[in-house]
Amino acid sequence: MANYSILALARNALQRHRNWPQAWGSPVLRPSYDAVIIGGGGHGLATAYYLAKLHGMRNIAVLEKGWIGGGNTGRNTTIVRSNYLNPESAGIYEHALKLWEGLSQELNFNVMFSQRGVINLAHDPGEERELRRRIYANQLAGVDAEWVGPTQLSELCPILNLDPNIRYPVVGGTLQRRAGVARHDAVAWGYARGADHLGVHIIQNCEVTGFDIREGRIEGVRTSQGDIKTPKVGVVASGHSSVLAAMADIRLPLESHPLQALVSEPVKPIMPTVIMSNKVHAYMSQSDKGELVIGAGIDGYISYAQRGSLPVIEETIRAIVELFPITSRLKMMRQWAGIVDICPDASPIISGTPVKGLYFNCGWGTGGFKATPGSGHVFAHTLAKDAPHPLNAPFALERFYSGALVAEHGAAAVAH
Amino acid sequence: MLLLDCPWCGPRSEEEFSCGGEGHIVRPTASAEMDDQAWGDYVFMRTNTKGMQLERWRHANGCGRWFNMARSTTTHEIVAVYKVGDDKPELPK
Ligand SMILES: Cc1cc2nc3c(=O)[nH]c(=O)nc-3n(C[C@H](O)[C@H](O)[C@H](O)COP(=O)(O)OP(=O)(O)OC[C@H]3O[C@@H](n4cnc5c(N)ncnc54)[C@H](O)[C@@H]3O)c2cc1C
Ligand SMILES: [Zn+2]
Repeated sequence: MANYSILALARNALQRHRNWPQAWGSPVLRPSYDAVIIGGGGHGLATAYYLAKLHGMRNIAVLEKGWIGGGNTGRNTTIVRSNYLNPESAGIYEHALKLWEGLSQELNFNVMFSQRGVINLAHDPGEERELRRRIYANQLAGVDAEWVGPTQLSELCPILNLDPNIRYPVVGGTLQRRAGVARHDAVAWGYARGADHLGVHIIQNCEVTGFDIREGRIEGVRTSQGDIKTPKVGVVASGHSSVLAAMADIRLPLESHPLQALVSEPVKPIMPTVIMSNKVHAYMSQSDKGELVIGAGIDGYISYAQRGSLPVIEETIRAIVELFPITSRLKMMRQWAGIVDICPDASPIISGTPVKGLYFNCGWGTGGFKATPGSGHVFAHTLAKDAPHPLNAPFALERFYSGALVAEHGAAAVAH
Repeated sequence: MLLLDCPWCGPRSEEEFSCGGEGHIVRPTASAEMDDQAWGDYVFMRTNTKGMQLERWRHANGCGRWFNMARSTTTHEIVAVYKVGDDKPELPK
């Protein structure tokens, strides 16, 4: 793997950029692997990277039915933050945020992590109390969080509508300064390149169609490119997790719903931070290309069609135009949806199953992009050691039988 | 956008309805004898079908009544609308 550096850039510029090496290869599927990861999104690729790098497992493969990053990884609005309510969540999301802070160096790939801050608005005293409670919980858990009033808000984001006479006036908000956004594709590509360099096979256009299970233990995986023997499988398939679980006669507590986003035509920098509102259900940031990136909610019914319905984005746009009146005449350029795996307590599932050697990492729903490095890191540990990392132990499937749910509806309510 | 056919009010826009998820989940009668496993399965575990699904809907901003529907979760095609308590409809293969 050629190192990316200013020198490499200069050298390749002289060669008119014709000789850049491939970032990752297209290997032929082997008949057996020590472990197989199903799903080439950010979480699956990160899992493979850390399995190879930290646990010395190099005879492994990532199987992706489409192209890497083509699922929710390449469809999300890229908000990264760690200000959740419960200590279990602070553990995993803050672990991820710390990894984000060094990720471009770690991968020698610019993931464009930009800590421009994330603000969660409060629109009434009840919401203010709720958000202040979350600030105290964050501070106790070592996560940076502070309250910002209207004056500070107008300095942090001059285009925010602070008129007290609007339908849902803004009374203040929380600010996590270390939060921000990153380049979603780059995360998939960076982990893919790093994993490929360590010997991991990244197999695209390879759909898993079944499992070989004997005496309660996984023995292999059936795919559109042939059968593979393997003693260990990690499923990281977001909206399709239930479909894969059904192949092993397992049911998960998940529902798959479309989640939509849209971007405007590009404009000059007007939005220096990220602003989200639970109450009116909308959030917005600005990409480096200048597009305003706007997130909507989920459709109310189960769907595997990556489309999303119009009423949902109409509602979001109503809220955006009231919060940021400057956007009222902007043209929207693109709209899309990803299928997200909604979990009843709005927390992820990182867990073994009744089938030995078969593990799932799913349930991230509307908000798993921010967790990508941390999720891959602890899931690799879980797979390598056949035991959970302390940070993902609370997120096992057992919690739906013991009742020890990690309810994060408040911190995760605006779908992102 | 879906056009849903409420059994009482007729065809109305998707915005008037709320979806209650997977249908035909029957509340256990011998609940006192159930263990944690059985409760967890009943309360949380779902099939989350990709394809034709029987599901519950409510005409929330209309007559307020619940009913059942057979709908594809990949194409959104609705093949049957039927009342709570009716038998499951014949589904196309
Ligand atoms: C519109 C939108 C906005 C969002 N905004 C945010 C945000 O701002 N911040 C945030 O933190 N999160 C956000 N999310 C959520 C986030 O995108 C996801 O939680 C996260 O990207 C999940 O990553 P993943 O790698 O687990 O899944 P994915 O990237 O979806 O990868 C799963 C992969 O599995 C593959 N697969 C499925 N079935 C099979 C099979 N049978 N065989 C082989 N491969 C298979 C799929 O093709 C897919 O590529 C958003 C999501 C959406 C849709
Ligand atoms: Zn009705």
